[in-house]
Amino acid sequence: MTRGHVVFITLLGVTVFLGLDFANSAPLNPYTAPPLFSLGSGLAATGAHCAAPPPAQ
Amino acid sequence: MSATTTALPPSPPGFISRSAVLLGVAAMLLGLAMVAGPRYGALLAIGMGFGLALEGFRFGFTGPWRRMILQRDASGLLAQLICIAIVALFAFPMLANNGAEIKGAHAPIGLAMIGGAFVFGASMQIVMGCGSGTLVNAGSGNAVAALALPFFAIGSFGGAYHLTWWTSLGSLPVIALSGTSGLAITLAGLAAIGVLAILLGARNSWRIPARYWMAVAALAGLAILHLAVAGQPWGVVYGLGLWVAKGVVAMGADLSGSPFWVAPGNAERISASVLTDVTSLTDFGLIGGAALVAWWRAGLGSPIGKYPLRAWASVIIAGLLLGYSSRLAFGCNIGAFFSGIGTGSLHGWVWFVAAFAGSWFGIRLRPLLGLEARR
Repeated sequence: MTRGHVVFITLLGVTVFLGLDFANSAPLNPYTAPPLFSLGSGLAATGAHCAAPPPAQ
Repeated sequence: MSATTTALPPSPPGFISRSAVLLGVAAMLLGLAMVAGPRYGALLAIGMGFGLALEGFRFGFTGPWRRMILQRDASGLLAQLICIAIVALFAFPMLANNGAEIKGAHAPIGLAMIGGAFVFGASMQIVMGCGSGTLVNAGSGNAVAALALPFFAIGSFGGAYHLTWWTSLGSLPVIALSGTSGLAITLAGLAAIGVLAILLGARNSWRIPARYWMAVAALAGLAILHLAVAGQPWGVVYGLGLWVAKGVVAMGADLSGSPFWVAPGNAERISASVLTDVTSLTDFGLIGGAALVAWWRAGLGSPIGKYPLRAWASVIIAGLLLGYSSRLAFGCNIGAFFSGIGTGSLHGWVWFVAAFAGSWFGIRLRPLLGLEARR
């Protein structure tokens, strides 16, 4: 087995996951998407981050 | 006359192949921007940039820490500190002037956070890859990283599932430095660690190689751009846990037992497309960028390393621990160390100390686990 096989398996796994997610998730809508830059948009940042404290119990 | 033959090194891809692949990548990024929105296309491109920089310049976080501990080579650690300092120079004013639009990687210091960082530091040395490193290594054909990656994701999901219980064991409020004084303290702290690394390092190991300087410039620029586009700093491990959360929900699992996953923001992300999640997009980009560099260099023909069974079992366990501990620690090298310190969070400093101590321990475990020859 070579590194190329490992890359192929990794990319195949990502592709299969994206396909399954596409089938099971809410449809994409570019017209409701946020603007390119958050900076200067006037909108609060809402993305998730690993450093965000957990919700209060 | 000798009849032996020598295997030729694999030839790099030709101009037509390279052009076709680059066109395909550009079309994919443009297509995502059109289908999902420009921000998401940009974030995938930034993620690919991180992957290209890390793999292309052979830069990372785990290796330099290992070299500092084993060889007293301070160059890689110094490069990391300089990179964080550059990011902080831009991030602090951005946070001060755009409070709602831009948020930092600010997390509380706590018992589980410190323990998580220690375990993460040990595990990343066993796998030889941190959060970004595991993705980059898997993308460039490293079998150890590719095996660890799915378990990293499972662990990340589990750590997030239990996160509120762990933080209830004892946690301080979020403490974040801000403004000019906060930036000055951050830069002074980075300089102090740099001086300590130079003093502890071997003679002349403070000389940073040219490729590290190029990596520093690329990573810092991309991290600042990421902050402007996403409104949050670069992170890795949230996305990995989200992938598993999506998978188990699709299979009918009920996550109502986890305060973390039923919280409105997280539940919304489980139902939304993964192509609209910030950290998922940059994670995919890291894998893709590293794969592109590995292919470009014609470096995919070499065989994978041979390890005993206990080494592969250790990689699986270390992968699980990487994911679980990084959620307790509020980030990996990227989310906590790089972005935490770069945006003023005190937890980033504590994370660094605990993870570095864990790394010292993890380096000593590797030979015992069959992942390298005993020293």
